[in-house]
Amino acid sequence: MCGIVGLFLKDKSLEPKLGEMLTSMLITMTDRGPDSAGIAIYGGETKGRTKMTVQSDEPDTAFADLDKTLSKALDGDVTMAVKSTHAILEIPAGTTTQARAVINGLNKGIRVMSRGDSLEIYKEVGLPKDVAAQFDISKMSGTHGIGHTRMATESAVTTMGAHPFNTGDDQCLVHNGSLSNHNSLRRKLRREGIHIETENDTEVGAAYLTWQMQNGATLGEALESSLDDLDGFFTFLVGTKDGFGVVRDPIACKPAVMAETDQYVAFGSEYRALVDLPGIENARVWEPEPSTVYFWSHNAAPTSTEKAA
Amino acid sequence: MRPQPPPKRPLNMQTIDLTEVGLRETNKTLHAQSADTNQTAWEIVNPRGSHAIACGLDAPIEVTVKGSTGYYCGGMNQQATVNIHGSAGPGTGENIMSGKIVIEGDASQYLGATGHGGLIVVKGNASSRCGISMKGVNIVVQGNIGHMSAFMGQSGNLVVCGDAGDALGDSCYEARFFVRGTVKSLGADCEKKEMRPEHLEILKGLLDEAGFDADPSEFTRYGSARNLYNFDVDNAAAY
Repeated sequence: MCGIVGLFLKDKSLEPKLGEMLTSMLITMTDRGPDSAGIAIYGGETKGRTKMTVQSDEPDTAFADLDKTLSKALDGDVTMAVKSTHAILEIPAGTTTQARAVINGLNKGIRVMSRGDSLEIYKEVGLPKDVAAQFDISKMSGTHGIGHTRMATESAVTTMGAHPFNTGDDQCLVHNGSLSNHNSLRRKLRREGIHIETENDTEVGAAYLTWQMQNGATLGEALESSLDDLDGFFTFLVGTKDGFGVVRDPIACKPAVMAETDQYVAFGSEYRALVDLPGIENARVWEPEPSTVYFWSHNAAPTSTEKAA
Repeated sequence: MRPQPPPKRPLNMQTIDLTEVGLRETNKTLHAQSADTNQTAWEIVNPRGSHAIACGLDAPIEVTVKGSTGYYCGGMNQQATVNIHGSAGPGTGENIMSGKIVIEGDASQYLGATGHGGLIVVKGNASSRCGISMKGVNIVVQGNIGHMSAFMGQSGNLVVCGDAGDALGDSCYEARFFVRGTVKSLGADCEKKEMRPEHLEILKGLLDEAGFDADPSEFTRYGSARNLYNFDVDNAAAY
């Protein structure tokens, strides 16, 4: 099973309510998978700055003076906002790789959950309502976001096995289904130098998209080629800085329902997830077709990496 | 403009608010209706895409769900008529035995799976695996149907006024498929068949019962080529 949701806002007046709406949608999907939950929020960017979401099981010790340490090492201004087991670091743009090296060098068990100018990812083991409350997601504003509640099949129930998975800068992925060729593909991608942290199948899917895009594919092309190279069942929802995309495998047995109005585009594993959205009674509601890449973007003139489908 | 008459509403209509009453109590109330109940008209409001609404009914009652439903609405139905005033989720009418399900909107995947009898009418489109393993149910769809529909269909009729997706009727037995539009591809051992007078009659009856105004002569019949019925010794090496 697993439940996935996504919300892309067209109406700016809804942006302060993004976290609240996504949280409510995800909680409705709890009975599709109670093992772990996660939400990715695109909260907007600050010029010249970029963000990293980091996690630690012992935040009190791990995050102590982390901002000062990083500020010194990166020779720039670093701010940190701790939320339970996660911390959002704002660092100078272009210092992500350096910051990751510094964090790894500290050996404090700090894990990088996401990186990007706008993206923040919060995920933990537990029910959607508890995870959302732990990070106060319902108070967050943003332009778009995706969420996942997991029924684990291919790997352990851990924080790092939870979705969404960060792929490249400002990119993330949630998945309903299971990939069957993830072991061979993981070996191949590791040989290509792609960093894969866990034994989880979805992370391999995410790493595959990253690898394709590093080799010049647009997100749309990467999603298209995933239809050939990934074996198994999947409905993927992919977040980017400016929007989100949807693709389902050719068999399309993992459910997906979408709704669109003048105010938003919404995705849910089931229609139940969408029933509280404003104007849903008159929304265009449909199921995305198998083997078809869909994409919505805030950016009227997408660059090559954002352009898709 | 002349004033429109108000919509007909049976005098004895019983209304259940699903969010207040809950699924189990709602279905329990419907299950408690006997063959000679005089409470024959039921309305369920606030369905909110819930699962298993009006499942396992076995009385000549009419239940109208005012909104979209989730998984398995009207599953295992006998005798009852279930109207869905919205779209229907996966597995709607699964294993229907008799009676009727009418969906005003679209139907999700595996509509009427393994259905043994009765009629399912879809006024919108039906998704993938429509009528999978059908065993006698009749399904009439005004729009299109998705891929792998009527996979292993054994008996009954699937009528499609629009187009059919990939692999229609794969590995089917004696179910009949009538498609007015195009078929993206036929499944293994499914072939185009001659439309004889008895088929036109069956089709006309089903279209009339569904209330769809379509000319039976515009449809093409498909069914089993019966090549998979018997073992072919030339394929022995494949096992």
